[in-house]
Amino acid sequence: MIFKTAHHLAARAIAFAAFSSVLAMPGAALSAETVNIYSYRQPQLIQKVLDAFTAETGIDTRVLFLDKGLEERISAEGENSPADVILSTDISRLTEAKERGITQAVSSDTIDADIPAEYRDPEGHWFGLTKRGRVVYASRHRVATDSLTYASLAEPEWKGRICMRSGQHSYNLGLFGALIAHWGVEKTETWMTGLKSNLARKPNGNDRAQAKGIFSGECDIAIGNTYYVGLMQTNDKEPEQKDWADAIKVIFPDIDGVGTHVNISGVAMTRYAPNRQAALKLIEFLTTDTAQRAYAEEVFEYPVKPGVPASGLVQSWGVLKADTLPLTEVAKYRKAASEMVDRVGLDDGAGS
Amino acid sequence: MVPAAAVTVAVVLPIVTLFLVAVTGSGADWSHLAANVLPKATVTTMALLTMVALLSATTGVATAWFVNSHDFPLRRTLSWMLVLPLAIPPYLAAYAMGEFLHFTGPIQSAVRMIGGFQSARDYWFPEIRSTPGAAFVLSSVLYPYVYLTTRIVFLMQGRNIADVARTLGSPPLKVFATILLPVARPAIIAGLVLVLMETLNDIGAVEYLGVRTLTFSVYSTWLNRGSLEGAAQIACVMLVLVMALIWVEQWARRRQRYHEARATQMRRRIPRTRLPGACGLVLSLACIIPVLIGFVIPVWVLAGYAAHRLGQLSDPQLYSALLNSLTVACATAFLTIILALVLANALRHNHGSRAEILTRFAVVGYALPGTILGIGLLIMLARFDNILSSVLTEMFGIRTGLLFTGTAAAVVYACTARFLAVADSSIQSGLHKLPPDIDPAARLLGHSSSDTARHILLPLLKPAIITAGVIVFVDTIKELSATILLRPFGYNTLATLVYENASRGAVEDGAVAALFIVAAAVFPVILLSRALMHDRDI
Repeated sequence: MIFKTAHHLAARAIAFAAFSSVLAMPGAALSAETVNIYSYRQPQLIQKVLDAFTAETGIDTRVLFLDKGLEERISAEGENSPADVILSTDISRLTEAKERGITQAVSSDTIDADIPAEYRDPEGHWFGLTKRGRVVYASRHRVATDSLTYASLAEPEWKGRICMRSGQHSYNLGLFGALIAHWGVEKTETWMTGLKSNLARKPNGNDRAQAKGIFSGECDIAIGNTYYVGLMQTNDKEPEQKDWADAIKVIFPDIDGVGTHVNISGVAMTRYAPNRQAALKLIEFLTTDTAQRAYAEEVFEYPVKPGVPASGLVQSWGVLKADTLPLTEVAKYRKAASEMVDRVGLDDGAGS
Repeated sequence: MVPAAAVTVAVVLPIVTLFLVAVTGSGADWSHLAANVLPKATVTTMALLTMVALLSATTGVATAWFVNSHDFPLRRTLSWMLVLPLAIPPYLAAYAMGEFLHFTGPIQSAVRMIGGFQSARDYWFPEIRSTPGAAFVLSSVLYPYVYLTTRIVFLMQGRNIADVARTLGSPPLKVFATILLPVARPAIIAGLVLVLMETLNDIGAVEYLGVRTLTFSVYSTWLNRGSLEGAAQIACVMLVLVMALIWVEQWARRRQRYHEARATQMRRRIPRTRLPGACGLVLSLACIIPVLIGFVIPVWVLAGYAAHRLGQLSDPQLYSALLNSLTVACATAFLTIILALVLANALRHNHGSRAEILTRFAVVGYALPGTILGIGLLIMLARFDNILSSVLTEMFGIRTGLLFTGTAAAVVYACTARFLAVADSSIQSGLHKLPPDIDPAARLLGHSSSDTARHILLPLLKPAIITAGVIVFVDTIKELSATILLRPFGYNTLATLVYENASRGAVEDGAVAALFIVAAAVFPVILLSRALMHDRDI
C-alpha cells in the first residue's frame, strides 16, 4: 500500500517537473536566433535599444532582470547556463564577473574603435556603454558657489548640511574607491570622517530622495548621479519631482584637478554563451551611434563613444570632465571602501 | 516518521547548501565584521525585534480582546478589517509610510500650515527613517499574525472559563489579565514568532528606512565585499537566534493543555460587555487606528500614484504577472499544507524529542532572508541539474541541460521552503486544540489509523488548514527576493513587476501592480476572517 502510494507520488512528481520545465522554456525553440541577457539594468530602461537591435538584425532578445545574485546564478548554472550577455550598472560588478571566471574575452575591432581604452577591460572581458557622473546637487537658494571639490565636502562650513544615500550603495562605494585610488586609504578615511560629521541626517533613501531633502530644506547639498536630475526634470507623471529638480543645481566636483568621478554601465559576454555570434552582434550594436544616442536621450547618461553628444538637457547642467583613471583601479578598492564605511560609521550619521 | 524526514530533508537542503558555502569561507571577513559591523548590527536587530514584539503584541492582543469581549460601534466590521494589513508587503508599507510622513506628505504639510513654518529645520517631527520608525512600520503590517492567533483562541477557549469568572463577579479587566491572557499565551507567542521571523528576514523595509540590521550586513558582506561565504556565515549565526525563538515557542506550547470544549456550547452567543456611548467610541477608535495605519494609508498613497497610470491597466504584462502570482501562490499553499500535515502527523504519532527536533528543523527557512535561501536553493538545483545532464550525456547522449534551475517549479520550491513555517504553525496549533483522546476513541470504535486521520482529524482541522492555506497564499503573493533570483526569462510575478520599477527609484511606476498585490491578498484574507469567525461569532 505504502509502496503503491509512493510510486504514484513519484510518478506525479516527475510529471509535474516535466510539465513545469516545459512551461519554463517557451521561446527557446521559437526563433532562429536569440540573445539571452542577464541584466542588472531594469528592463524598461533598455527595451527601446533592444527593440532597435531586433529590428536591425532580426535577432530576438530575452531579458532576465536580477539585481542581487546574478553572478552566483551564472556561476551555479555553469556550462548549461542560457545566459549570453551580462548588462551591468556598476564597474565593480563587471570586474567581479571577470574575476569569478564567468565572462569570456571578446575581440572586435569595431568595439575597440568605439570605446576609449579607460572604459573597457584590457583583455576584452567587459565594455563600458555609458558614463554616469557622481556629482553634487546643491540648493539653488542656499548655496552660493558653483564649484566644489569632493575634498571640500569634509569642510566645517557644510556641517549639518549634507544628505546622501547609504554609504554601502554601489554608487557611493565607486566614488570612495576612486578617492582611495587617488588619495590612499588614510587621507580618504580622514575625509570620510569629516563628511560624516557634516551629515544632516542618517544616510537613507535613493538619490532622488536626496534632491527631495534639499527641496524640503533638510539639507543644502547632496551626492547623486547625474541622470536622476534628468529623470526628475522630465517626470510628467509625478510633476512634483520637477519641483525637487528645480530646487537644485548640478555641480561637477573635482578630484585634485583630474576631473569628476564617473562610473559606467557596461556589458560582458558570458563564458559559456550558447549564442556567441548573436551576442557579439548585440555588443557591437550597443556601441553604434544609434544605440549610444538612444541611451543619451532616453536615460540621460553620457555615451562612452567619443563624438556622440549627451542630450541637450544634460549638457545644460555644464561640462563633465571625467576622471581618466582606469576604472579597474576604482573597482580594486571597492572592498576597502565598504570596510571604511563600516569603520567610520558613515551610515550612522553625524550624531554618533 | 519516514515521510516527515523526507519533508524535512527537502526543505532543509538549501540551508545545508548554504552551510557548506559558509564552511568553505576562510573566516577572513570576521575581524572586520566583529570589530565594525556585528556589534552594532546585533544591537540594532535586537532593539528592532524588541520594539516590534511589544508593538505587535500589544496591538494584536488588545484589539483581539476588544472585539471579542466588548460591544461597540462597528465591532463586526472591524473584527475582519483588523486582518487587512496582512495584505500589504512590508517594503511597500515602508515606502508608503515614508512618503506619507515625509516633509511633502499631508501630515507635515498640515503641521507647517498650522505652525506657520517654512523649512524642515523650523520644527521637530519624528523621523520614520529610524529603528523606532522601522518597528512602527513593520508592526503596522505584521500585528495581524498575533491578532488572528489570539482571536481564534479567545473565540474557542476563553469563553467558558471567562463566563464562569464573570459570573463569580470578577471585573472584565481582571478576567482578561488573569484568565484570558494566560490561556492565550501560547497562541500569542506563536503569532509573535512569525512576526519576529518576518522582521528578521526583511531587507526591503529596513534598507529603505536606513536601519542596519544583521540582514543588512549579510547583504553588504556579500554584495559589497564580494564574500558570499562571509554572508552565509552571518546567516548561519542568525539561524541560531531563530532556533532559540522556536524553542521558546515550543516551550510555551508545551504548557498548553486547554483543549476545545464540546462543540454544542460553542455556538452560544457571547456575552459581551456593552459599553456606554463615549467608551464604546473609544474602543472603535482603538480598532480603527491599526487598520488606518497598516492598510488604509498605504493603499491611499499607492492609489494616488496609480491614478496617474491607469493606462497600465491595459498592459498584458500585468495580467500575466497576476496569473503567475496566483499560480505560484496556490501551488505553494497546497504544497505547504500537505507537508505541514505530514509533519503534524509524524508528531502526533511519535511523541518524543526526535520527531520534535525533526519537525522544528523543517521550519527554520522562514527566518532567512529570501535571497539567501534562494542562493542556497539555486546552488543545489544547478548542481543537481548539471550532474544529471553530464551523466545522461555520458550514458545515453542526451543532454538535459538545466531541468529545474530557472523554472517556475524552482520558485514554488523556494516559496514552499520559506513558508512551511507559517502553515506548520497554524496546523500545529489547530492540532493541539483537539482533545488528545479523539484518536483512541475512534480506534476503539473500529476505525483504522488512516480512517481516523481522514474522516475525523482532517474535518476537525479544517479551520486550521484554511488559515494555513490563506496565510501562505498571501505571503507567497508578497514574496519577492527568492522569486526574482530563481525565475525564468520573461517571468514576472506582481511582486517582481513592482520591484523592477522600484529599483530604478520609481516605486510610483509600480503602484498599479502593487495594488494588484493588495487586491489579490485582500480577498482571501477577508474570506479567511469570515470563515473563522462566522460560525462562532454570532
